Amino acid sequence: MLEVSGIDCFYGDVQVLRGLSLSLKTGEVLCLMGRNGAGKTTALKAIMGLVRARAGRIVLDGVDIGHLPAHEVPRQGIGYVPQGRRLFSELTVRENLLIGQMTRKTGPAALERAVHLFPVLKERMEQRSGTLSGGEQQMLAMARALCLEPKVLLLDEPTEGLMPSMIAAIRQSVIELKRHDVATILVEQRVDAVLPVADRVAFVENGTVRDTLPVEAVRADHGLIDRYVGVGH
Amino acid sequence: MSRAVLLHVGVIALLFALQFVLSDYHHLTLTRVMILSVYAIGFNVLFGYTGLLSLGHALFFATGLYAAGLSATYWGFTAPTAFAAGIAAGLAVSLLIGAVALRTTGVAFMIVTLMFAQAGHLATLYFGDITRGDEGIVLPEASRKFAMLGATVDLADAGLRFNLALVLLAVTIGVSLLIVKRPIGRVLIAIRENEPRTLMLGFDSFRTKLFAVVVSGTISAAAGAATALAFGYVGSTFASIQYSIYPLLWTLLGGAATVLGPVLGTLVMFHLVDLASGYTTASLLVVGVVLVLLVLFFPKGILGTVRARWLPWLP
Repeated sequence: MLEVSGIDCFYGDVQVLRGLSLSLKTGEVLCLMGRNGAGKTTALKAIMGLVRARAGRIVLDGVDIGHLPAHEVPRQGIGYVPQGRRLFSELTVRENLLIGQMTRKTGPAALERAVHLFPVLKERMEQRSGTLSGGEQQMLAMARALCLEPKVLLLDEPTEGLMPSMIAAIRQSVIELKRHDVATILVEQRVDAVLPVADRVAFVENGTVRDTLPVEAVRADHGLIDRYVGVGH
Repeated sequence: MSRAVLLHVGVIALLFALQFVLSDYHHLTLTRVMILSVYAIGFNVLFGYTGLLSLGHALFFATGLYAAGLSATYWGFTAPTAFAAGIAAGLAVSLLIGAVALRTTGVAFMIVTLMFAQAGHLATLYFGDITRGDEGIVLPEASRKFAMLGATVDLADAGLRFNLALVLLAVTIGVSLLIVKRPIGRVLIAIRENEPRTLMLGFDSFRTKLFAVVVSGTISAAAGAATALAFGYVGSTFASIQYSIYPLLWTLLGGAATVLGPVLGTLVMFHLVDLASGYTTASLLVVGVVLVLLVLFFPKGILGTVRARWLPWLP
């Protein structure tokens, strides 16, 4: 479904991704793990066209999306929830969701499905999104991305700074999306939040994927996480 | 009919009724305020809703003003045709300026728009043979008269001028409300709040911002054309930097990103200057103090603060 092959990305003269490759199948949950600065977020930005890859290819369902302008990528069916939520705080919950579905014209059913995953949003539809709690904002950011009815969802540290009940709700939503064949790339530092939902784990180091393993193999070998993420993760 | 629409209809009805009780002086002032409010509403589309601060809006205002004034003077255009020419010129110029200026962001956008406006102002002085520079041109009387529904309409008639200005203001408020209530209004606000995020949702933010510049510039040009035809005069003062600063002050005072804020801001500022100049020659100092107090107690402008504290439904 999504094939990223050997991409190089730079911030100015500094090379951040070095021939990074990964692949994703329909309904699969792939977790990117690695230390801060390893290149996980840049990999997501490169897929979204927000950071241009100078080499390599990014192909979604046979279409090379690596050369599309950034605003065309979501229209191909990739939803992105960046770190830090980034809602439109002056708009209400409903307006945030309506904006989410405008570019792909997905209709009210998509909005209903997105809200169904996060029922708490139903009670807050007319509330300004800037006044929601951190967990609710994260749910809204995910719901807004889901209004695009994406084939692939990119989540960047969705559980950062959230309390356990919110983390459980977000984890549950990823499982639910998997049932609906939405593939997910999850960037996370919290191993406990990732392992119950991931199918495979890709370890990123120095801008490239060192190892991609089934989640069972990662569970069996704690040394892997210590090596790539650091002790005390 | 929603309470927001009712409120705006009520304001227009109140303005209509005022013409029967105002003195000649205030009648004329209110006509001027209504036309300049149109300019402020245009500015607000770009600044208030889209978050783009242009320091060169005088260029759009002057484009409408000169296109209407010069076409009436040199080519004999009647008022409706000259007004249409002003709007068309404003549309074309804002499209061109927007396409260039939107390659920049933030402070650079302010500077680029300011530079364009300064170039426009200098052009009105440089081509003094045509524009007569600061001295300006008084429009021929014939150009301000036209036939409509079998009757002769004369823009020198104060009552008619007032009502035409009111019609223009009502249409502009309607356009502004329409934009705010439609999905495009939400996208403009989303761009103001977080432009990169709109990109990630699949919006071509450049095109959306260009739309905002064109709508804003065209409305401003309509106000310029109306000024020329209503008061029968065009001059380069209208292209100067102070005419870029005025709509910013009016909008900030009344409340950016509120439909009626620019109207209220223009009205308050006009009367503030008027009142202060009646008591002292240092009237601008008084105005400055009052503005500082207003900003301290109404940081979001008058209607912005009213909306934040009491009327969240206010568009």
